[in-house]
Amino acid sequence: MSSSVKIKTLTIDERQVGAREDQTILEVARENGIRIPTLCYLKGLSPYGGCRMCIVEIAGSPKLLPSCMTTVEEGMVVSTQTERIKKYRRSLLELYFSERNHVCSVCATNGYCELQSMAQEVEMTHVHFPYMYPHLEVDATHERFVLDHNRCISCTRCVRVCEEVEGAHTLDIKDRGIDVRIITDLDQPWGESETCTQCGKCVHVCPTGALIERGKSVGEMSKRKQLLPYLTKMREAQK
Amino acid sequence: MSKTITIEPITRIEGHGKITLMLNDSGKIDNALFQVTQFRGFEKLSEGRRFREMPSLMARVCGICPVAHLVAGAKACDEILAVQVPETGLLLRQAINLGQIIQSHALSFFYLSVPDIVMGFDANPMDRNILGVLKKNPQMASDGIRLRKYGQTIIELLAGKRVHPASIIAGGVSDPCSDEVRDKILADIPEMLRIVQRNLDWYKQALSQNGTSSLRVSKFVDEIRTFANMKSLFMGLVNDDGELDFYDGKIRFVDSARKIVADKLEPADYQNYIAEHVEKWTYLKFPYYKPMGYAKGMYRVGPLARLNVIDRCGTPQADLELSEFRGLSSGAVLSSFYYHHARLIEILYSLEKLEQLLSEPAFTGKKTRAVAGPNKLEGVGMAEAPRGTLIHHYKVNEHGVMQWANLIIASGHNNMAMNYGIMQVARHFVKGEKIEEGMLNRVEAVIRAFDPCLSCSTHAAGKMPLKIELARPDGEVIHTLTQG
Repeated sequence: MSSSVKIKTLTIDERQVGAREDQTILEVARENGIRIPTLCYLKGLSPYGGCRMCIVEIAGSPKLLPSCMTTVEEGMVVSTQTERIKKYRRSLLELYFSERNHVCSVCATNGYCELQSMAQEVEMTHVHFPYMYPHLEVDATHERFVLDHNRCISCTRCVRVCEEVEGAHTLDIKDRGIDVRIITDLDQPWGESETCTQCGKCVHVCPTGALIERGKSVGEMSKRKQLLPYLTKMREAQK
Repeated sequence: MSKTITIEPITRIEGHGKITLMLNDSGKIDNALFQVTQFRGFEKLSEGRRFREMPSLMARVCGICPVAHLVAGAKACDEILAVQVPETGLLLRQAINLGQIIQSHALSFFYLSVPDIVMGFDANPMDRNILGVLKKNPQMASDGIRLRKYGQTIIELLAGKRVHPASIIAGGVSDPCSDEVRDKILADIPEMLRIVQRNLDWYKQALSQNGTSSLRVSKFVDEIRTFANMKSLFMGLVNDDGELDFYDGKIRFVDSARKIVADKLEPADYQNYIAEHVEKWTYLKFPYYKPMGYAKGMYRVGPLARLNVIDRCGTPQADLELSEFRGLSSGAVLSSFYYHHARLIEILYSLEKLEQLLSEPAFTGKKTRAVAGPNKLEGVGMAEAPRGTLIHHYKVNEHGVMQWANLIIASGHNNMAMNYGIMQVARHFVKGEKIEEGMLNRVEAVIRAFDPCLSCSTHAAGKMPLKIELARPDGEVIHTLTQG
C-alpha cells in the first residue's frame, strides 16, 4: 500500500470502521464482516453496478446507492439493512424472477444458484409482478457448455471474466434494458465461436443456471466458486 | 322431457373431471360423457429445452406418480444418448419405481376407494371417507397409511425426496445406494407383506356374501356387473419370460378371452399400433388399437389389464393370488371393479420383487450412470405407471434441444373404457326424476376404479365440492344436489 493513501473513517450499521480512501463501501463492509447481498459483484472482476442488490442508505442522501460503486468518504453514515432497503431488494429480486423463465425445479443449478439463495436471504415469498414468460432460446451449440438465456440475469460476470481474466472477450452483450442479451463473438452460435478458449470461467462465475456444463442434469451443476479467487490470488502473487 | 345431469368436480380422484349424464324423454340415460376439463400443454412447453431436463420437467405432470414420468422420460433420454444403463442404475430405477407403485396403489385403494367398500356406496358421504374407515376399521386405515408411507420412504431413501426427486436422469441415476439404506428398506418388507396379505383377505371376504368365498355371489354383485364390465382389449408391458414388469418389456395386447392379439411389440414402434382420437368436448384424447380402428380398438391398461396380459407375475405369493384372480373369469377378468383387487396383488408383487432386487449384489454398486452426449435424434421411453402404460416420445436437434414431444399418459388409454363405464353404471343406477346421492357416487366410483390421474398432485387436498345439476334442455336447473 502506498503511504500516500489516506485513511477514512465511517459508520456502517452503527459500527465505526476505517477504510482506505479508494475502497468502496462494499469492500469495507465485507472486510468488517458486514453482509451486503450482491449478484453482479464478484471479487476479482471490475465492479459493474448492474444488479442493485447492494444498495445502501447514506445519511444525507435521498437516493439509495450501490455500495459496490460508491467509494467511502470521511464521516459517512451507512445503513445496509433498513426496512426501505429490504423492500427495494425484494422488489428488485421479484423483477428478476418475473423477467425471464427461472424455473428452479428443473434447473441444473437447483440448490447451487445464487439467485435462488438470494430469494431466501431477502425473504421473497411471492413475485408480485406479472411474469413475462419471454420466448428465449437455449444455445447448446458449444461442445462443452450451454447458454440458456431463460436463466440469465444479465449480471455480465461472464462477459467480464472472459475479457478481464481470460482475455478472450468472446462474450459480450447486445441491446439494452429488458432486451439485453449475452452474445458470443458477433452474435453467432457459441459453437461457431473462433475466440472461445473453452476455459469455462464464464460457467463457474455465472450465478445462475444460465451457463452450465453440457451433460448436467437437474441439480447437478455446482459452480467452482473458488476458481476466480484462486486465479486472482495467484496472479497478484506473480506481480 | 330430456335432461342433463352434471357431476363436477368428481370427488376422490386425482385431478379435475366432470361427468355429464343426458337423460332422454323417458328418463333413461341417453348418453354419458366423462370430460377432463383442464388443459396443460406439457408437450408444447418442452420445446426448446435441453433434453436432459425432460425427466424432471415432465415429472411435474403429476405429484402422485412423478417417478413413472421420470422413468419413462429417462428411458426416452437413454435412447437419445444411445447408451446402456449400468446394472446398478437399472436396479435402482426399478426399485424406486416399485416404491412408487406401492405408494400410489395404497393411496388409490385405502384412501380413495376403500371407503365405498367399507362404508357402502349408499353411506352418508360425511362418513364415506378415510376418516370413516378409521372409525370402523382402524387396523385397515392404519395399514393403508403405513403402506403408503413405506412406498414414499423407498422413494425418499433411494431418490432423495418423496415427491419429484431429481435422481432419475438420462443414462441412469445420479446417486448410488449404501448398504445401510438397502438394509433399512429390506427390514420392513416382511411387515408390509403381512399388511397386504391381511387386506387382500379382507377384500375378498368383504366382497363375499353369507361367508361364501365365491366372488360371483358378492354383495357388490350389481357394481361388479356394471362397473365398466365389458369386452375390450387389454394392453401392458410383459417381459421376455411373460412376467409382470413395470420397468421394461414389450407390449402385448390380449382380447376379452385372454387370447393374444399382438405380442412382443417394440415400445419404439408404438405409433404403428396406437393411434389417438380427438373429441371436441374433452381435453383427454382417446387412444385406440390402430389395426382395429377407433371404438373397436378400445383397450384398457393398468392393474386389471396387466394381470390379464401376463402369463405369470414371477413372484411366489403374487402368483398364488393371480391364480385365484384368474378363477374369477374363464377369459380375461372384465369388470373394472376388479381393478381394486388387481391393485392389491400388484402391491404384493412389488414387495416381493423389491426384495429380489435389493438382494442383488449389484444393487449397491457405484456405477449408476452412463455418460454420453446426444447420439440419436429421437427416443421413446415406455414404462408401466401405477395406472398403466406410460409413453414418452422425444425428438431433439443435433445439440440435444427438444424439438417435439408426445406423451401418452396411462389414464388416457382408459378414456374410452371410462366413458363406456359411466354409461353402463348410470344406465343401471341412475333412474327417475330425483337423483339420489348413492346413485351418483356409483357413477363416480366407476371412474375411481380406474384410479385416473387427471391432474398433478396430492396438494389438492381439502374440500372438493361435488355439485350435480339436473337441468332442462334450455339450461334451467330443476334439481341440485351438493356435498363437500
